[in-house]
Amino acid sequence: MTVTVGPPLTETPTRVLADPSEPAVRRRSRPRPGLLAAEVYLILLVVAAVWPAALTPGDPLAADPLAVLSPPGPGHWFGTDHLGRDVLTRVVHGAGHSLTIGVAATALAVVGGVLLGLLAGLTHRVADEALSRTFDALSAFPMLLLALLFITIAGPGTASLIVAIGIATLPHHARVVRGQTLVVRGSGYVEQAITFGQSRPRLVLRHVLPNVVGPVPVLAVIGLGEAILAAAGLSFLGMGPQPPSPEWGAMLSEGRNYLQVAWWISILPGLAVTATVVSLTVVGRHWQARFDGRWR
Amino acid sequence: MAPLVTVEDLHVDFDTPTGRVAAVRGISFTVERGECVAVVGESGSGKSVTARTLLGLAGPSARVRAARLELADRDVRGHRPRDWRRVRGRLAGLVSQDALVSLDPLRTVGAEIGEVLTTHEIVRRRERAGRVSHLLDEVHLPDPQRRARQYPHQLSGGLRQRALIASAIAGEPVLLIADEPTTALDVTVQAQILRLLAERRAAGVSLLLISHDLAVVAQVADRVLVLRDGRIVEHGPTDRLLRAPAHPYTRQLLAAVPSAISRGRRLAGPARAGDVRATLPARPEVRADDTVLDVGGLTKRYGEHTVVRDVSFTIARGETLGLVGESGSGKSTVARIVAGLLDADAGTVTFEERPWVGVAERARRPLRRRLQLISQDPLSSFDPRYTVGRVVAENLGPDVGRADRRDHVVDLLRRVGLGADLLDRHPRQLSGGQRQRVAIARAIAPRPSLIICDEPVSALDVSVQAQVLDLLAELRATDGTALLFISHDLGVVHHLSDRVLVMHQGTVVEQGPVGDVFTYPRHDYTRSLLNALPTLVTAGRPEERNP
Repeated sequence: MTVTVGPPLTETPTRVLADPSEPAVRRRSRPRPGLLAAEVYLILLVVAAVWPAALTPGDPLAADPLAVLSPPGPGHWFGTDHLGRDVLTRVVHGAGHSLTIGVAATALAVVGGVLLGLLAGLTHRVADEALSRTFDALSAFPMLLLALLFITIAGPGTASLIVAIGIATLPHHARVVRGQTLVVRGSGYVEQAITFGQSRPRLVLRHVLPNVVGPVPVLAVIGLGEAILAAAGLSFLGMGPQPPSPEWGAMLSEGRNYLQVAWWISILPGLAVTATVVSLTVVGRHWQARFDGRWR
Repeated sequence: MAPLVTVEDLHVDFDTPTGRVAAVRGISFTVERGECVAVVGESGSGKSVTARTLLGLAGPSARVRAARLELADRDVRGHRPRDWRRVRGRLAGLVSQDALVSLDPLRTVGAEIGEVLTTHEIVRRRERAGRVSHLLDEVHLPDPQRRARQYPHQLSGGLRQRALIASAIAGEPVLLIADEPTTALDVTVQAQILRLLAERRAAGVSLLLISHDLAVVAQVADRVLVLRDGRIVEHGPTDRLLRAPAHPYTRQLLAAVPSAISRGRRLAGPARAGDVRATLPARPEVRADDTVLDVGGLTKRYGEHTVVRDVSFTIARGETLGLVGESGSGKSTVARIVAGLLDADAGTVTFEERPWVGVAERARRPLRRRLQLISQDPLSSFDPRYTVGRVVAENLGPDVGRADRRDHVVDLLRRVGLGADLLDRHPRQLSGGQRQRVAIARAIAPRPSLIICDEPVSALDVSVQAQVLDLLAELRATDGTALLFISHDLGVVHHLSDRVLVMHQGTVVEQGPVGDVFTYPRHDYTRSLLNALPTLVTAGRPEERNP
């Protein structure tokens, strides 16, 4: 039997070979055309929302009676509608409407959801029960139905659309945050912090809140797509910005009578909505996969 | 006759994203028929990889090279999965550490064992049930017919381990590979499993026993191989190796084992043959009437179940009280109540002469900093977003100004033997021992009068454990801090404690000075605990019990 004598005696720290929460080495990033396309599209979308004139110099409301219902081609890349307005210009200008409504509604849902979820996760059982059952009841309704109900009471318009979608998506965020709060609340480090004699508000601000909100930004990005889709849907039903505003849903609605003769009036704004939702989901999922377990 | 197992110049490398890591670097050994060979080493020494390689289970990223790798006269180098399937279960059976993960949770114990019988066509279908209960009987599982119909989660840890052994011996293998078979078990159950393994060997089966615990190995092994960093540093007959270890690492390992003999002495550091370790610094005198903590009639129920029943004890200023008991004895519940994390159903706790349990949190808060807690798993007690510096700084009092905080933290880290270079590192990047040191630095930051240590060294390797125990002993000497030291390891408690409390099924069955309790146990349970303890006869030590 061979005896191989080891190296001199020193303390060797345990080698941590695989820590699942932290990839030892970042994988060499493969080119991902889908992700790249989604990112480019979203950048264009933001430019369109902030400075539409940079992409299309025309006026989205300018009617050209001589070019009514002209098909896509040079001069009018997306064609014109029944009043001779340039569809591309209207789609670009519509991005602002959709993004504003989507971002505002999502912000409302996230802020409200985090606060109510934290409250539910941290209060006594009765209050938690009451809040949680309310979230459950609200989640039982389809989101669009809930938003419709609110708009029926509050009246149509951009502001009520924002509030309606915000309230309708809030329970989802609240439930995620509540669950996360319960986990963090029972964790070893919160328990340990109690033994340091820290006050309750300090505990919540220092340990609970930061560890709870980790997954929220990614959920918000994915939720944003949902909110934009809902906004377009409600506008289609006439619940959002009123014509002649170049809102995507409203444009779809206006163009649907001409679907047989001029498909481009409806289809192209519809594609803009689809591409936005798909891009947001792709980017959101990518971030989710990338940051999963690495919120810290 | 050729040995049953022949390994010559075995190398195992793993391909990881960071490059190739060598786990086993050229080891050679043999296992004779009917012999028990133990492979001893700390985590990362390559002992488990060696064992698994013999079964073709080293994993898909493993690169195995060997001059010879023979199992029962069969060259297993270059075996394909299909060939390995004929080896596993039939030639060599594996008993791993945690039976709960090794047994399929969706299948009964009987089905699991029956599968081995079917795979290797050992018995006819008709005879299968009878054979299964015969096997369960072999491993002394009470009421085998009923147990065969139960699922792993319905069995206790000890019974599960027996069931796992039954499945490993079902194929009548000539070699049984046991990878840390008793590590997750209580000491009394461990003794039963070791007896069972010895029985199998008496029945003619060869045993390859993988363990980090020298005392466990001493019970069954004929020969011991000591592994370190993938190399064999020493090998020899068990008796010779434990009595007269030749290699410094083996001596260091043996000297690091805490016990009655090691009391008052350091455990870590290099050791020469026959020498005596340096003594620990002198401690301030403990006056029994100067109590820090007074616990009276503590009782805790969960529904019908009483987990802690009428527990009373006191801790004097600067004293170390050991609390021992097996899993489920209620010792951790006592720790949580004393730490003020759990309310009791009855009883009083007075800390620094003020009521501690059952009072409003607001009243307790100012005193909280005087009582600190160190848990078994330091990582989960750190906020996952925090760096080492922030973890420690969090427990500095409001009296430490913003400008001085960094200096204070560096000073605390230095006291626990860590450098300032760790300040901005993340605890996840540290080793287990370093993490526990960070937890200790955090606990001593507010200069507490009492620290509750709940199994603080149970997850550590023996040499790291030795360093952490030395550190705790030093700190209590310089700071005069009292310790409530909770452990299932009688040796650790004997090494460190002044007095000891033995808990069994929620009650204190015995308490007193540690020497008295462990030398002249009065209660049957204490006696059974001590009898179950594997004994370690080592260099310079008489034939003496381990704790």
